[in-house]
Amino acid sequence: MIRVFAKEIGGFLNSLIAYIVVGVFLTAIGLLMWVFKDTSVFENGFADMSTLFTLGPYVLVFLIPAITMKSFAEERKLGTMELLQTKPLTDWDILLGKFFAAVVLLLCALLPTLVYYYTVYQLGNPVGNVDSSGTFGSYIGLFLLGAVFCAIGILASSLTNNQIVAFLFAALLCFLFYSGLDSFAALVMAGDQGLFIRQLGIVYHYESLSRGLIDSRDVIYFLSVCFVFLLATKTVLGSRSW
Amino acid sequence: MIPLRGFKVQGSDARSVLRALIETEMSVSITSEPGTGSGLNLEPGTFCYFCTSAMSITVRNLTKLYGARPAVSNVSFNVEPGEVVGFLGPNGAGKSTTMKILTGYLPPTEGSVLVCDQEVSQHRSVRKAIGYLPEHNPLYLDMYVHEFLNFVGKVYGIHGAELKKRVGEIVERCGLTLEQNKKIEMLSKGYRQRVGLAQALLHDPQVLILDEPTTGLDPNQIVEIRQLIKSISANKTVLFSTHIMQEVQALCDRAIVINKGSIVADERIKDLMSRNAGVGTFIADFETPIDMNELKGIEGVSEVTLLSPTSFKILSSSGSDLRPAIFRFAADRNLSLLGLRQEENSLEAVFRDLTKSPAA
Repeated sequence: MIRVFAKEIGGFLNSLIAYIVVGVFLTAIGLLMWVFKDTSVFENGFADMSTLFTLGPYVLVFLIPAITMKSFAEERKLGTMELLQTKPLTDWDILLGKFFAAVVLLLCALLPTLVYYYTVYQLGNPVGNVDSSGTFGSYIGLFLLGAVFCAIGILASSLTNNQIVAFLFAALLCFLFYSGLDSFAALVMAGDQGLFIRQLGIVYHYESLSRGLIDSRDVIYFLSVCFVFLLATKTVLGSRSW
Repeated sequence: MIPLRGFKVQGSDARSVLRALIETEMSVSITSEPGTGSGLNLEPGTFCYFCTSAMSITVRNLTKLYGARPAVSNVSFNVEPGEVVGFLGPNGAGKSTTMKILTGYLPPTEGSVLVCDQEVSQHRSVRKAIGYLPEHNPLYLDMYVHEFLNFVGKVYGIHGAELKKRVGEIVERCGLTLEQNKKIEMLSKGYRQRVGLAQALLHDPQVLILDEPTTGLDPNQIVEIRQLIKSISANKTVLFSTHIMQEVQALCDRAIVINKGSIVADERIKDLMSRNAGVGTFIADFETPIDMNELKGIEGVSEVTLLSPTSFKILSSSGSDLRPAIFRFAADRNLSLLGLRQEENSLEAVFRDLTKSPAA
């Protein structure tokens, strides 16, 4: 697994993907947080980072599929999947290597935004008047949400050998899981059924984490959704033997 | 180490014969025949390499269905340790499918595939003993040659100084010294093929499976790659597929011919060449046109075909050599014979014969 992970990271760095993804993410979030009037912290009047945490997921809906779209689609197209799968590697080695590489890249995009936290912290009146626990809960939520998007992206990439199809399908699935289920519940159902569907979606658990309380149920939700998508990918990879 | 192959020692004398060989301080590789048990019991300390059928490939009743359509049906063959075997067949005959199953990429629908005495689909560890060059030679084009070989080495669990040494050796052996710091996408097809071979050889596998290693190369590159394969095959078991007949003649001890998913021949090259040897075919060129019926009068001629007014294809009925008779025929009539040759029953002809589709 480590070998595939190292190869993927090397691939990200060599092909500029990493720089572009991190650059685009930081540019988009930076503009939204500090420049655009509608969403800027300065115009907001409150020392909080809600812009990052409400708009960040929508940026990630597009950025993470861009990271993961080539992971399996390209290997299939080049035929290198055969090379990998005839080496002493398990399918789990291959897909976890790719998954964690994408997660690490996500982390690299998120970490620089800690500077924003420091800025907002200093801007508070009095200094430090920020909901720190809420912010860090949101960071954990955003990271876990990104990890789920990575798992979704990798599944989408394993289903096709066309990167554009993989990208679009992953973006659709990410959006659906992020807020689609929530909107659906609000649209057609109320009461317990509606709540159940809301709980399947990401927003419910993401909002819960951003209140600053790290509830194990939410963490388990994110981890199990990741696992389900990775298991689905494993099944797709194994389907050559059907 | 000089590999000598094909000595078969049987019965009670086997031990003394082997001991005599060992006393010459040669490395002896002993293959016990299947079914004879563990075979020989040599005293400890003898200078001897044992490889009891360890490097062999055994395929038994292999069937692979794609949907309902069989790609390979009920195929059985053996590749003995140290043997170089060509796997022949027209496109779509099932060569690549068989190789994909041999390397564990695809599971068989039925039957068993044993490499080094272990079932490939069950023991992942067997993969360490197999070097595989897939068809079309897939490579990571955005990697550097060195980077790629290091990655492959690490996947096989080779690390540190050992890895550096092995990569250095293999780069030199595959003639990549000048190209080793280039990106793979910058390399020509011939060099990419060398990189493909290098990755298959890096972990020093006992069994090499090469799927069409020379397809799409120019004649010089084909010769180079062929020499490379020849040089590495000295102490390995090699199975390679091709549809180029000269390659088989140049490299193999034995050829397996597959057509439409079934084996149609599994013979030594010279046996394969001597197929249909009963019929002799001769081509005679004369300076001036002559009457075909006169040629038919020669004793032993069964058929004469006109190739051009002065050139004839003459078939002998018994397979005997007709050349003296044709020469005398020309001399008696004062005809100038410009050329007279026997047509070789080439491997190509045998291949065509074996794999031609039955008349619809």
